[in-house]
Amino acid sequence: MLSTIFAVLFYLATAVFVVGLAYRIRLYARTPAPLKIPTTPAPITRQGVVARLFREVAFFESLYKANKWTWLFGWVFHAAMLLVVLRHLRYFTEPVWFWVNWVQPFGKYAGFAMLAGLLALWGRRFLVERVRYISGPSDHLMLVLLIGIAVSGLLMKYVAHTDIVALKAFVLGLMYFNWQPLPSDPLLLLHLSLVLVLMFVFPYSKLLHAPGVFFSPSRNQVDNPREKRHLAPWAAALDANRQKAGSE
Amino acid sequence: MADFETIKINTLFEIPALNRDVMKDSSPFVAAPAHQEALGFPGELVDDWQARAIEKFGELLEKSRALRVYMDGCVKCGACTDKCHYFLGTGDPKNMPVARQDLLRKIYRRYFTFAGKYFPKLVGAEDLTKEVLDDWYSYFHQCSQCRRCSVYCPYGIDTAEISMAAREIMDHIGKGQKYCNEILGKVHKIGNNLGLPEPALIDTLEGLEEDIEEETGVVVKLPVNVKGADILLVTPSADFFAEPHVDGLIGYAKVFHQAGVSWTLSSYASEAANFAMFIGSYEQMQEVAERIRKAAQDLGVKRIIFGECGHAWRVAYSFMNTLVGPFDFLDPDYPVPQHICEFTWDLIQKGELNLDKSANDHMTLTFHDSCNVARGSRMGDTPGGQFEIPRAIIRAVCNNFVDMAADTIREGTFCCGGGGGLLTDDLLEIRTKGASPRMEALKEVVEEHGVTHMAAICAICKSQFSKVMPKYGFGMDRIVSLHQLVSNAIILDGQTGTEAETDETEDVATA
Repeated sequence: MLSTIFAVLFYLATAVFVVGLAYRIRLYARTPAPLKIPTTPAPITRQGVVARLFREVAFFESLYKANKWTWLFGWVFHAAMLLVVLRHLRYFTEPVWFWVNWVQPFGKYAGFAMLAGLLALWGRRFLVERVRYISGPSDHLMLVLLIGIAVSGLLMKYVAHTDIVALKAFVLGLMYFNWQPLPSDPLLLLHLSLVLVLMFVFPYSKLLHAPGVFFSPSRNQVDNPREKRHLAPWAAALDANRQKAGSE
Repeated sequence: MADFETIKINTLFEIPALNRDVMKDSSPFVAAPAHQEALGFPGELVDDWQARAIEKFGELLEKSRALRVYMDGCVKCGACTDKCHYFLGTGDPKNMPVARQDLLRKIYRRYFTFAGKYFPKLVGAEDLTKEVLDDWYSYFHQCSQCRRCSVYCPYGIDTAEISMAAREIMDHIGKGQKYCNEILGKVHKIGNNLGLPEPALIDTLEGLEEDIEEETGVVVKLPVNVKGADILLVTPSADFFAEPHVDGLIGYAKVFHQAGVSWTLSSYASEAANFAMFIGSYEQMQEVAERIRKAAQDLGVKRIIFGECGHAWRVAYSFMNTLVGPFDFLDPDYPVPQHICEFTWDLIQKGELNLDKSANDHMTLTFHDSCNVARGSRMGDTPGGQFEIPRAIIRAVCNNFVDMAADTIREGTFCCGGGGGLLTDDLLEIRTKGASPRMEALKEVVEEHGVTHMAAICAICKSQFSKVMPKYGFGMDRIVSLHQLVSNAIILDGQTGTEAETDETEDVATA
C-alpha cells in the first residue's frame, strides 16, 4: 500500500516537474526580447556569451562581485548539491556508471557542505536586516525544505541506515514499470516525501531561477546592436507600418 | 557636507537601520491631462484602473522576455540590497532593488501565477490596491534605471526593465509623470526637450560662433540644416544653453572644424535625449528616434554622430537600429551611430589634433562614468571601450587625471542621482540623497589627490551635479564637459593668443 502510494506520487511529481518546467521554458523561449539590453560591458560574439553564461552558472560571477559571503554560502550549497545529486544516480542505474562511482567519496561529504551552506543562507535571513526585510514565508520554507532533505539524507547515511538495496530495487522498479516494495523506515519516507514536495513546487516557485538564468536578456545577449539589426516579431509589425508610412 | 548619513555596507552581519517608508511621500507631479493625451494616454486615472493595469501588465509579460524572466527568477538572495544609490542615500528599504521589484512582483504573483492565486500569503502576493499604486508611483520614480543592480544580480535581473514596465502601466491607466510626458510632447511638436524653436536655435549657435571667434580668432561654424553635409550631429538640447554643457558643444565644433569635415545640426532633430526610454514606451521611443532618421535622410548626410548624453547614447547605440533602422542609406564605412568620443579619439590617435595639455593644468580631473553609457552601451570595437575611450581622451588633453575608487567607476559606477526621468525639481530630495555615493567617492579623491574637477559625458549628469554639488560643499562649476577639456587644449589652425588666458584661474576645491 505504502509502496503504491509512493510509486504513484513519484510518477505524478515527475510529470508535474517535467511538464511544468517544459511549459515554463517554452514560455521563456517564445516570449520575444524586443530590445538589446545586455548589461555592458558584454561579449561581442556568441561564443563570448556562452562563456559569460558558463561563468555565471559555474562560478556565480555576478554574485561574487556583489557579496563575498552570500557568494560563498550560495556557491558551496549549489556545488555540494550537485555532487549529492550525482551521487544519487547510483540508485537509477544498473550497473552504476563508472564516473558515478568516482563521485561517491566526494558526494558522501558534500552532504555536510550542502547543509552548512543552507544553514548559513538561512541565518542571513534572520541576521542581516536587509535580507530579513525581503524574506517572505516561502523563502524560509524553501530553505526548510532543502534543509529537511539534507538532514534526513545525512541521518540515513551516518546514523540510521536504510536498506539501500531494496530502495534501489524500488527506484529501478519505478523506472521499468516493475514495481517493488519500498523500505518503510520513517527517515526514508520523510526524505522521499520532501523530495516529492520539491519536485511539485519547482515549476511554480522561485526555483525557476535555474532555467531563468539562461533566458535573462541582460546576460545572454550579444553586444552587437550597431552591426546587426535586432527585431522582435511584434516589433516587426510596427516596423512594417513605419516603413509604409515613410514611403508615402 | 550633506546633512544626512549614508549607508555603505558589504559585510556579513553589519545591520544598517532600515528607515521604513521614509521616502514614501516622495513622488513627482502627475502629468496633466493635456500632457497625457498628447502621447495617446488617458488624461487622468481611469475608473476601472485595476482591470486596465492588469490587462496592460499581461500584455507586457507577453511582449518582453526580460519582464517575464525577471518576475519569476528572483530568489531574494539580497545581493542587490546595498547596491542602489537611492537606498544608500535614504535607507528606505523599498529603495533596495529587490524590494522595488517586489512592488510589481507581488501583483504579478497575485494575478499571473498559480502560487499567488491560491496561496497569496505564502508567496507575498497582494491585490492591486490604491496603496500599491501609490507605492508604485513613489518608488518607481525613485529608480533612475541605472542598471547598477543588474551587474550584481546572479540572474542579471535589471530593475530598469521593471520600473520601465511599471511606468508604462501607469501611463496606460492615466497616472503618468508630468516631467517626462510634458517633455515628450515638446519633442513631438518642436523637436527638442526644451521646446527651443528653429530661430532661437540658430540665434544661439550664431552667438557661440561669435564667442569662439572672439576667444581664438578663428571662424568656427556651428551649422544648422545644411543639406549635403557629411555628418549629422545629434546632441542633447541642454548643450545649446546650459553650463557646462555648452562648453562641450564648443568642443565638438572645434574638433569638427579641425578635422575639416562638413557637419550640421538639424532643427527638426535638435534633441539626442529620448525620454520615452524612461517611461518604457517602445512606440514613443520609436516616434522620437524616427525624427533623427528623417533628419538624416532629408539632409542627405552620410554619418550620424551623437554628442555627450548618457541615456541618449544607450538609445542610439543599443536601440536605434532596432527602432528605426536599417540605416543602409548612410556610409557603411562608419558605425551607425558614432559617439563624439569615438570620433575625437580616432582623430587624436591619428595625430590630427594639435593639443596643448597644459591648457588644462589649472585642473586635476576625475571622470564620472555615466550609468547608461557604462552599463547599457559601448564605444569602439572592444567591450569596455566606453570606459577606456573617454579616459584616453582626458589623458590626451590633460596632465592631471585621477580615477575615483574602483567600485564606484566603470561598470560599478554610481548614478548621478538625476537619471531616468528624475531630473525635476519636484524630486530634488531624492536626487540629492541619491547623489551621495558619488559625492562620497568624489570627496575621497578631492581630499587625497587634490582633484578639482569632475568630467562627465552626459547632459543629465552635468545638470544634476551643477544642482546638487553645492549641497555637498562643492562649487557648481566643479563639473565639466569632457569636450570642454578638449576645447581648452585644442589649438586651431591660425589660432591667436593662448588658451590659458581665456580660462579664469580657479581655486582648488576644498570641500
